[in-house]
Amino acid sequence: MIPALVVFAYLGVVFYIGIFAFRHPGGGGKAEDFFLAGRSLGGFVFLLSLFGTNMTAFTILGASGHAFANGIVTFPLMASSSALVIPLSLFFVGTRMWSLGKRHGFITPVQFFRDRWECGHIGTLITLMQAALLVPYIIISVMGGGTALSAVSGGIVPYWLGGAVVAMVVMGYVFFGGMRGTAWVNTFQTILFLTFGTLIVVVIGRGIGGFPAAVESMAASPVFAPLLSRERFSPWVYFSYTFIPLSSIAFPHILIFCLTARHKAQFKKTVIAYPLCLLAIWLPSVFLGVVANQMSDIPAIASKLEARQELAASPTPALREQARGDDVLVIMLEHYAPAWLAGLLGAGIMAAVMASDSQILALSTMFTEDIFAYYGGKARFGERAQVQTGRVFVVAVTAAAYLVALSRPAQIFDLAVQYAFTGYASLCPLLVGALFWKGSTKWGALASTLWTGIAVLGIAWMQSRSTAPFLPFGLLPAMPVTLISAFLLWSVSVFTRKPGALTLQKYFRG
Amino acid sequence: MRWFLILLVLAVYLLHQDIWLWRDVRPLVFGFLPVGLAYHIGYMFLVSGLMWILVRCAWSEDEPDGAERHAEDRAG
Repeated sequence: MIPALVVFAYLGVVFYIGIFAFRHPGGGGKAEDFFLAGRSLGGFVFLLSLFGTNMTAFTILGASGHAFANGIVTFPLMASSSALVIPLSLFFVGTRMWSLGKRHGFITPVQFFRDRWECGHIGTLITLMQAALLVPYIIISVMGGGTALSAVSGGIVPYWLGGAVVAMVVMGYVFFGGMRGTAWVNTFQTILFLTFGTLIVVVIGRGIGGFPAAVESMAASPVFAPLLSRERFSPWVYFSYTFIPLSSIAFPHILIFCLTARHKAQFKKTVIAYPLCLLAIWLPSVFLGVVANQMSDIPAIASKLEARQELAASPTPALREQARGDDVLVIMLEHYAPAWLAGLLGAGIMAAVMASDSQILALSTMFTEDIFAYYGGKARFGERAQVQTGRVFVVAVTAAAYLVALSRPAQIFDLAVQYAFTGYASLCPLLVGALFWKGSTKWGALASTLWTGIAVLGIAWMQSRSTAPFLPFGLLPAMPVTLISAFLLWSVSVFTRKPGALTLQKYFRG
Repeated sequence: MRWFLILLVLAVYLLHQDIWLWRDVRPLVFGFLPVGLAYHIGYMFLVSGLMWILVRCAWSEDEPDGAERHAEDRAG
């Protein structure tokens, strides 16, 4: 019961933060205040909330599960590649986007695309593509909230109620606090992540009698030693994984978040500290996931290891599910940690699954700015009505996500989220072209966007027929899809009409 | 300077593809970190250093702060 109380206290705190942000002098009825916190976030909040926005349930639970099955390769595959690509993309793309947003008053990336490429409906298509790739995240988040609250309360809170509580809390602080509330909650959550990561390493390390003995024992075992190197993993697959973090900067909630900094200089500390924050979060998740293989004295982990062995002989979906390690961190903590720390773990998981806040806000921002305002709603009804429309949209999206979460199996959306990474990586050339290449055109952007949609649907179709890799060397689809997207942007742009000279002068010198 | 920084970024990217440590478990750094994992922990500090160099040497200050321009756009 103690863990459930800690989690409810946590939910109360984040809800209060949202209300507090609503009472902030800048929390009024202007669109820029609600959607971008008045472009006023300071350095500390900007760094921690941007980092928190990029953290999802996968970071804590999925990473340890992946490491449990695949070993230390998880770390360079996902953490250190992101540590290079994300800060670089923030440095080049994020700062440029911030400058243009500040100069011309853009609130969404599509407002910039429309102006820079002199297009209207192509911008709407890009908005719809971004929204379609974002929706599965929100649904997954509500599902994660329901599952986590149910697990932490020992089943006292059923799945449907857990999902409803989490959805209501997220909706509440986004509805009232807008971007300011979301940023403050994300800052609080990131501090929780960082504290939690250090604590669990200490507690579990002491529980198992120190890490050196556990790792030595794994290194001496022919079964587990390969998990301490990357010998079972293809260098080609490893290489193609570096295309995945390109998706980060193309996510609309990350791009929109880049516009919230008070000064451009706030990106400086962010890009330098970002790799170290990633290290602090990912290292405990991955390392403990690997070491969990040595904890066969815990019955739940022993049954996973048995299922993995049987899986090699007869691969069935039931065995695959049983061998999954997404909950090894929870199992280890239940075994080694006191109840209050297990409660903190529940709050950490809640923080991770509630990363949908910025995505819900981004969808609301895109709807009100790129659709409602663009098609005359703002001119007809005024800015206050636009903000109220954004709030109504927050309620509608959250309610729809909750209803879908109640009626559909999680696996569908798990897959959809994987496709979303590929889709956003494929939209990255479009963003880079818009910002840095004078010669890019709206027709090139259209080709790249249509290709993204076709490619994502094609991959989904291919993988629905077989889960085996279908590209040579097992390469991830994100790599060819992104390269073809870049080629289409370039080749179509070369042969189509450029925007007018006045427009180009606005965005490019010389 | 520009080419030096481009080469530096490329070099750091190539250092991520550390196939020379692919099959190694030992030495165990600090007695418990497999060498491949320890390498990538060090790599993340290296990336942080790279970003510090980029901030020092390639930060574009030529963009106006923009607040005034934005206000003008709105007024106009």
